[in-house]
Amino acid sequence: MDTKKIKLPFGIPGHNLGEIEREVPVTEPPAWPINEKLKHVGKPIKRYDAMAKVTGQAKFTADVQLPGMLYAKIFRSNTPNAKITSLSTTRAESLPGVYAVQVMKSDDNEFPDVKYVGQPLVGVAASSLDIAEEAIKLIDVEYKYSAFVIDVEEAQKPEAPIVHTVKIKAQTDGGDVGVTHDGSQTKGNIVGPSTGSFLGGPRGNLEAGFKEADVILEQVYRTQVHTHVPLETHGVVVDWKPGNMTVYASTQNTASVRDEMAEYFGISKSEVRVISEYTGGGFGAKHSAGVFGPMAAKLSKMTGKPVWLMLDRKEEHIAEGNRPSSIHYLKIGAKKNGTLTAIQQRSHGTAGVALGAGVGHLAQVIYECPNFATEQYDVYTHAGPGAAWRAPGNVQGAYGVEQAIDELAEKLGIDPLSYRDKIDKSEIRKIERQKGAEMFGWSRRKTPGSTAGPIKKGLGMAQSTWPKFVTLDSSAEVRLLQGGGVEIRSSVQDIGTGTKTILGQVVAEELGIPVEDVTVLIGDTYFPRGPGSGGSVVTGSITPPARNAAYKVKLELLEQVARKLKSTAANLVMEDGKIYDKADATKTISFKDALKDMRTSEITATASRSDDYGGFQQEWGLAYGDLGSVQFAEVTVDTETGFVKVDKIVAAHSCGRPINIAQVKNQINGGVIQGMSYALYEYRVMDKATGFMMNANVDQYKMPYSMEIPEIESIVIEDYGGRSSTDAYGIGEPANIASAVAIANAVYNAIGVRIYEIPMTPDKILKALKKI
Amino acid sequence: MNKFSWYEAKSVEDAVSNVTATASDILGKAPKESSVIFKAGGIDLLELMKEGLVNPTTIIGIKNIPGLNKISYDDKAGLKIGANVTLAELENHELIKEKFYALHLAVAHAGTPQIRNTATLGGNLAQRTRCWYFRSIEHQCYRKGSGTCYAQEGENEFHAIMKNNSCASVHSSSVSTALMAFNAKVQITSSNGKAKEIGMEEFFVHPEVNSKNESVLGSKDLITGIVIPPAKPGTKSYYIKQGARESHDWAIADVAVVTEMSGGKCKNVEIVLGAAAPVPMKAAEAAKMLLGKSIDEAIAKSAGEASMKGATPLAGNAYKVPIFKTIVRRAILKTI
Repeated sequence: MDTKKIKLPFGIPGHNLGEIEREVPVTEPPAWPINEKLKHVGKPIKRYDAMAKVTGQAKFTADVQLPGMLYAKIFRSNTPNAKITSLSTTRAESLPGVYAVQVMKSDDNEFPDVKYVGQPLVGVAASSLDIAEEAIKLIDVEYKYSAFVIDVEEAQKPEAPIVHTVKIKAQTDGGDVGVTHDGSQTKGNIVGPSTGSFLGGPRGNLEAGFKEADVILEQVYRTQVHTHVPLETHGVVVDWKPGNMTVYASTQNTASVRDEMAEYFGISKSEVRVISEYTGGGFGAKHSAGVFGPMAAKLSKMTGKPVWLMLDRKEEHIAEGNRPSSIHYLKIGAKKNGTLTAIQQRSHGTAGVALGAGVGHLAQVIYECPNFATEQYDVYTHAGPGAAWRAPGNVQGAYGVEQAIDELAEKLGIDPLSYRDKIDKSEIRKIERQKGAEMFGWSRRKTPGSTAGPIKKGLGMAQSTWPKFVTLDSSAEVRLLQGGGVEIRSSVQDIGTGTKTILGQVVAEELGIPVEDVTVLIGDTYFPRGPGSGGSVVTGSITPPARNAAYKVKLELLEQVARKLKSTAANLVMEDGKIYDKADATKTISFKDALKDMRTSEITATASRSDDYGGFQQEWGLAYGDLGSVQFAEVTVDTETGFVKVDKIVAAHSCGRPINIAQVKNQINGGVIQGMSYALYEYRVMDKATGFMMNANVDQYKMPYSMEIPEIESIVIEDYGGRSSTDAYGIGEPANIASAVAIANAVYNAIGVRIYEIPMTPDKILKALKKI
Repeated sequence: MNKFSWYEAKSVEDAVSNVTATASDILGKAPKESSVIFKAGGIDLLELMKEGLVNPTTIIGIKNIPGLNKISYDDKAGLKIGANVTLAELENHELIKEKFYALHLAVAHAGTPQIRNTATLGGNLAQRTRCWYFRSIEHQCYRKGSGTCYAQEGENEFHAIMKNNSCASVHSSSVSTALMAFNAKVQITSSNGKAKEIGMEEFFVHPEVNSKNESVLGSKDLITGIVIPPAKPGTKSYYIKQGARESHDWAIADVAVVTEMSGGKCKNVEIVLGAAAPVPMKAAEAAKMLLGKSIDEAIAKSAGEASMKGATPLAGNAYKVPIFKTIVRRAILKTI
């Protein structure tokens, strides 16, 4: 491929900003300067869909209404471990209004073994949701019950009931994505160990490392199962007409749902169209078509009618994914001067009937330490399957590592912030620590537990890393329409993060037109394939092709205009809604007139994500660089009641070139609130005697509401790396990793006693204070 | 949710002559059996129906019955509150704020602004426990008439720590905690047209007395209002609720204290604990410690300790004991 050399901004403005020369394909657009010199990119542009959302005009999957549409409901198991001896749908089928009943069976026509309460068994489609709900009550099932195990520690005992007697496939989006076990090393309910993570495996020699250490810290950290509560539950509306299946889906990945459906039914991908105009949130569990997707499709095929199948909140809690728990052992050695000599990690966690409870990435990469080893085990239990959850494995991992580093700093007699300056080689986090500490007022931090009286204040901090993941299989098309109209199209979905808006900004920036003049058509697999909304890949993956496609149509339009203006395309500039000759400003035409004069009714171009500039061959599992973050927390702890209140969080982050600063800050707010909730409030309550989740609602499953939300201030540092035509990266996951452990460190600073388990509910605080 | 027909009651008489059951009476019964129940704000009823625990065939709307939505006060009769007064109306009532501050605080901490706009006083008293075993259609628990309290050995962090050996649920009305401290009486009209007034302590019954309902409400009873005796001079009150969250949550522990001081000494005092036992209860021993004494930090602390005498926490809820001791002490000190 022909290449050219371009100079791109490199470094951090106000700190070490310079330029880097990169050899890039000739088709790449010229380098953008830093954000302050751009018109739309980097600015707090209002969300494209803000009005539609606040006025209720936005149609989510649950709102889809099609002529003749049926409503489906899933009948689920109400026992955690059993064989089905008989199952009759006769009574359900004879209920007036019931159109179709589909029983789940294996390939050899057997009923599936029941492994958890809430496992889907039968789907029913009826003329109304009420009838479908009534019908599933008329399904008669008989079970042969077996003993079961819910508790992750009980499940590890040799005598525990065995969850899986056959090997199951690892879910690739289930946990600490990367080097994982395939379920083959299974002993009882214990699977593993996985000895690696995103970026490689063990290094050095632990034993030698610990021998060198002057101080050794050993501790076990525990984290809970955390269930997904997106505003919109999982669900689809499937309209399967001969030769064409249309799937409206609440999903984080229209393209993978399309692929799954095509594969499941053995039909061509072009026969399946997946649409997600709006998705009401997704935190990692909405990548797949699930069981409900194919179920709705089957019911649609059986009846020839569209089928609506949205899960209710209880189903969402029990069956649609959760963040696995962890019991996380860490041993860290350091020399007197603080240098780390060895890190040993061992973890056990449960993703219920699924895999994916690893926690290793953060411990492995965040600090330089020559000797590192990890063993991560999954433990099967008779509970709903885990799924990816905003920075899988890293949030659990950070909860251990960042408390351990805090504790180690204290043992070494070094301020925890200064200690990180010493052992952390990340340039971006160094700046984040400086700026964050200043904004937060870190110097106010006192000796642990030193506030007078029972109401104690504490300050803490923690940090995290997340790789600069990119999905190269990401494409966008930009179209100019004769007479007026600029469109960008991609299957990428906007799950609430603001993807529509940033695509509008990028195209508008390239074409020199107002953002509102760009129509953004996304969330539809009839458009070029976009990335899934996971791994924080969206912005880094789809903005470069969006810009490149806009650049291509711009070049074509300039060619046409050049002839008219008797200039050359190379001499023409497109900005502020005009095209003009930079040598002769009288040669000018408005962008709108240029569109009127187009030779053809459309100019279109599609571009795909190029490899990162500079020879970085990026793909999932291989990422260079660091989306570093540092968060600071201020808490109040009532030592008489054990309640913790987070007063303030300062979150310092980087995401390459921020495209929309307001949306980046929104994402940080969301990540912080979710992290706080994980630290203090949310946990799945399983009844060990019956296997049911007892708080499968939004009343007893405690999430923070308005009164709980702290003051959140964010610092977003522009960090140019010259990696792509936009040099942008995501923020969704980085925003969530450090919050819980920053709060834990602040709680320690308040009360002078460490809490090694989340959520830090009053019982744990009072126990730690020896008040019970 | 099952289908049901709707009947809008025109008067108290109309309502009580048509009703056949309380929601508690029909708990767990299939919708086939004819049952006519009341709905006020519907906050609790909707939840019970969504879970499938209650399947009425007819619902009588009582929210628009004339005359049940008034608040009045005079120095002799005291405070009268109609059963259909919403929690928001109570919360915003200036006289209640002034003379019955603990009630104001209790109401202001119930639910959310949206819920308080809809929920009524009568409905709040008649609601059922939020014990998660009781609320699960899959668990046939003690409160539903079986002999099994799953919470005893199960998940019990939000459950009772006193009088909990048969059923460990706690009643969900934190408003009742304050009402009991003011010695409120509940006005009830039955189908025979007879009206009666029952003290809060008799209104609520322990599960061992009636496992299937927290109150004495019979099948054809309608709460029409409550009466609180006039506020005596020198009386101050306070209420503290501790939930898992500050916003929109049930009490893990709540306490109302009403203190009448005279000449620097405590002449009368009521201390009521909510979410400690299956129904709200007076902490009589704690109150006795304050009588005739001037109140200071030390005595308030002792009263807090005394309020938890005889506590029998379960495996997961011993933490409620220090919380109660603390909030009892703090609430007492707020009344002097």
